[in-house]
Amino acid sequence: MLVYLLRRLGQSLFVVAAMAVLVFIGVYAIGNPIDIMISPDADQAEMEAAIARLGLDKPLWEQFFVFVGNALQGDLGRSFVYSADALGLILSKLPATMELALLALVFAVFIGVPLGMIAGLRPDSLAGKTIMTGSIMGFSLPNFWQGMMLILLFAVIFKVLPSGGRGDTVDVFGIPFSFLTLDGLSHMLLPAINLALFKTSLVIRLARAGTREAALQDYVKFARAKGISPRRIVLVHIAKNIMIPVVTILGLELGSMIAFAVVTETVFAWPGMGKLLIDSIQLLDRPVVVAYLMLTVLMFILINFIVDMLYCVLDPRVRLSEAKA
Amino acid sequence: MTDAARPTGVLTETEVLRPGRWRATPAARFAAEFVESPIAVVALTVTLLLALLAVFANWITPQNPYDLMQLDIMNGMQPPGGTTLDGETTFLLGTDEQGRDMLSAIVFGLRMSLGVGAMSTVIALSIGMSIGVLAAYFGGRVDSVIMRVVDLQLSFPAILVALILLAALGKGVDKVIIALIIVQWAYYARTVRGTALVERRKEYIEAASCLALSHSRIVFRHLLPNCLPPLIVVATVQVANAIALEATLSFLGVGVPITEPSLGLLIANGYDYMLSGKYWISFFPGVALLVTIVAINLVGDQLRDVLNPRLRR
Amino acid sequence: MSAPTLEVKDLKTHFFSKEGTVKAVDGISFEVGAGEVLGLVGESGSGKSITGFSILGLVDAPGRIAGGEILFQGRDMVPLPESERRKLRGSKIAMIFQDPMMTLNPVLRIDTQMTEAVLAHRDVSRGRALEISRDALVKVGIASPDERLNAYPHQFSGGMRQRVAIAIAFLNEPELIIADEPTTALDVTIQGQILHEAQSLCRETGTAMIWITHDLAVVAGLADHICVMYAGRIVEQGPLDAVLDQPAHPYTMGLIGSVPSRNRRGGKLFQIPGMTPSLLNLPVGCAFRSRCPRADAACAEEPPVHATADGRLIRCLHPHEGETVEQAQAAVQARKQEATI
Repeated sequence: MLVYLLRRLGQSLFVVAAMAVLVFIGVYAIGNPIDIMISPDADQAEMEAAIARLGLDKPLWEQFFVFVGNALQGDLGRSFVYSADALGLILSKLPATMELALLALVFAVFIGVPLGMIAGLRPDSLAGKTIMTGSIMGFSLPNFWQGMMLILLFAVIFKVLPSGGRGDTVDVFGIPFSFLTLDGLSHMLLPAINLALFKTSLVIRLARAGTREAALQDYVKFARAKGISPRRIVLVHIAKNIMIPVVTILGLELGSMIAFAVVTETVFAWPGMGKLLIDSIQLLDRPVVVAYLMLTVLMFILINFIVDMLYCVLDPRVRLSEAKA
Repeated sequence: MTDAARPTGVLTETEVLRPGRWRATPAARFAAEFVESPIAVVALTVTLLLALLAVFANWITPQNPYDLMQLDIMNGMQPPGGTTLDGETTFLLGTDEQGRDMLSAIVFGLRMSLGVGAMSTVIALSIGMSIGVLAAYFGGRVDSVIMRVVDLQLSFPAILVALILLAALGKGVDKVIIALIIVQWAYYARTVRGTALVERRKEYIEAASCLALSHSRIVFRHLLPNCLPPLIVVATVQVANAIALEATLSFLGVGVPITEPSLGLLIANGYDYMLSGKYWISFFPGVALLVTIVAINLVGDQLRDVLNPRLRR
Repeated sequence: MSAPTLEVKDLKTHFFSKEGTVKAVDGISFEVGAGEVLGLVGESGSGKSITGFSILGLVDAPGRIAGGEILFQGRDMVPLPESERRKLRGSKIAMIFQDPMMTLNPVLRIDTQMTEAVLAHRDVSRGRALEISRDALVKVGIASPDERLNAYPHQFSGGMRQRVAIAIAFLNEPELIIADEPTTALDVTIQGQILHEAQSLCRETGTAMIWITHDLAVVAGLADHICVMYAGRIVEQGPLDAVLDQPAHPYTMGLIGSVPSRNRRGGKLFQIPGMTPSLLNLPVGCAFRSRCPRADAACAEEPPVHATADGRLIRCLHPHEGETVEQAQAAVQARKQEATI
């Protein structure tokens, strides 16, 4: 198993390196680094200082090393708009996004899996069909429209929840979190539901397909022949078999939720990384865009790696076959 | 065996296995199974209707909302059923703040959505299909490298890739199409490769190569047609996804420029007004988008159920 | 004589689909006594597996038992509610499936899968259930049972998995075991071992067994009685020796004759011409009529079941009488020669 993990680690690092090269080529070789990395309002002196810092007066391959060196130190450029370190700016918004994504993930699992299993076990019943139709709605409706409808319903018509922004926060280790306050929670609820809806639908469909297939398998028939109660068959035999694909997908979906947060944060004016990205694109604050890109890619690779590790733990067949390899 | 030597009373294979008359050809059987779900039939009808609307947009809408000469700001912000000042034309779905008739705008927006969605899907399908089938056919190194790239791209959510591409490429309908193509090709490549790998092992491919047919002939005339069923399902659903993605990008302001019609832009436009009760600017385009996407997804769902051999009952 | 452990009377299990009704099992009757082994033989599609599932009440929709009685220790199981049937399954009546790789849940450990079978029927502690499971593994000849209990199914070889399946069947000391082609997926040498284990276990415990197979060679050394099924009906049943040495029904005759080892070297392999009819389109009358060398116009009527002198039941209007297989084959060849002249 250790060999497997090391191999995956190696692959991940390779991908990180490849991404770095790609970004470098995109920004420094193909694009015009002066436009991208240096604010258009800079005067001559600032420009020269920036050129020196980024090594733009040196040959291309030397620039790459400067780029990598800077990156490893956490310097990915400076925001034009905020005149602050781009990476730092993004990281300051990270907790807001992570909160939202994690809450959405929790919703998706605890609502999606049971609903999907019900739909899988009784596909022709009213409940089953309703769940499936609902799930189609869930992922075919564009995210932003769902968000808007949620706002319309709960904030405009029923006026029970706020229509945007982040509520009160509480600092934990210097990082502000909103779920620890009631006001914060009420602000978090709608965006989290919005973010979760899409994934819940996918989880439902996955759980349903998995349950349907599992229910047809011989081991279910055998368990029935042993006289095992239907409840145990569902909760132990079937559930364990579908948890593997569900967990895999969820791990990947966490990353996707962070990406989709872009839309949700825009609709709900939630001050997270996603909103920062959109604002930066609109304002042509390119260093922030580049920094966001690199950070997100890195996060994805990390998440994929963790999912692989989890997979190893959950599926004994993977664990042991890799051990033999 | 001649007839004389065959013992009497033995049934021939065709007699024993004769299928029902009307299910004789695969195409007929497929159609029969597809229409088993009334929802799917409705969805298919709706999709075709929308497509027709989109194609004939210019001729059937009361107003071309993107021809600035036809707009009169005095007609702005009319609720559904409101009329022009002279009472001559009724705006069935209201107007936006610039006096655009919502109904016309929606139809034009539909045309953009369907057009962008269909075009990007078709091109991405062709590219992805070719790459995937080549990867499966040649196997080995070629396959590994291609699949690495595909997996890498697929591990990032579509919206992220699209945002990055558009941030780099800038605004414009063609750039949106390019971004959508780049986002989608990998799905097709992976789907095709999976099916092609299975098909490649089958004997008819071996037989074809024994006949010394050229590689391209084997791939395109023998292998590819048999990989089509799952592709059709993926493509149908991907059209809906492409449409949703374009709408999202336009909503965020990074998609098509504001001079072009787009359901996403319309919705974004009306977002601010929604909070003050002027819902129709966002609501109706939203419904149109919804109906389109849901209809296509339902068709794709039924296709998937019909074409899936594992769920055969 | 005490009542037989299992008595099946005119059982019918039909599948109701859009294309029509498939009469997978269409009126079969047999009985099995305590400690006896009944061989249920037939080709694929003859309805033998469905018979097994019907007894346990595990027929899935769109199929269901459409008629007849299944008397287990005198009690008819057909009208029993599901909760009562579940009490019998796995405790009084157990089943061994064909492919143990698929019947054992790949993500659960062996001890889980064994103890749950015990705990579902007996009110004992987990520790005691584990003991019972360990003992069962020892009884089927698996060395180091503690290691095996902690393992997963895919870590076992085919033969060992099937031994585990047998152990599970015997866990709650059943009165009847239905074995559905348990050795089909195994190598011949392992097959022999498994057969031997199963047979001696049954003799020891007095358990009745129904062994379902398509392979005559398997039942030849194992069963006391044999039922031959074709297209959902039993065409011949009786004591093993009588049926195998001097088969009465032409199908049985053909089956035995088709076994390759019976043919002399250099001679043409014997085969029954034609194919099993689709169960959706069964011909009227005797289902074997279209392939039978002895059929005539009278066979268009469903032949009734009648008993023969040596204690057999057959469904045929033109049964073989006392011929051995070789004699019957020679007769068929001769008739073929005549036809071509």
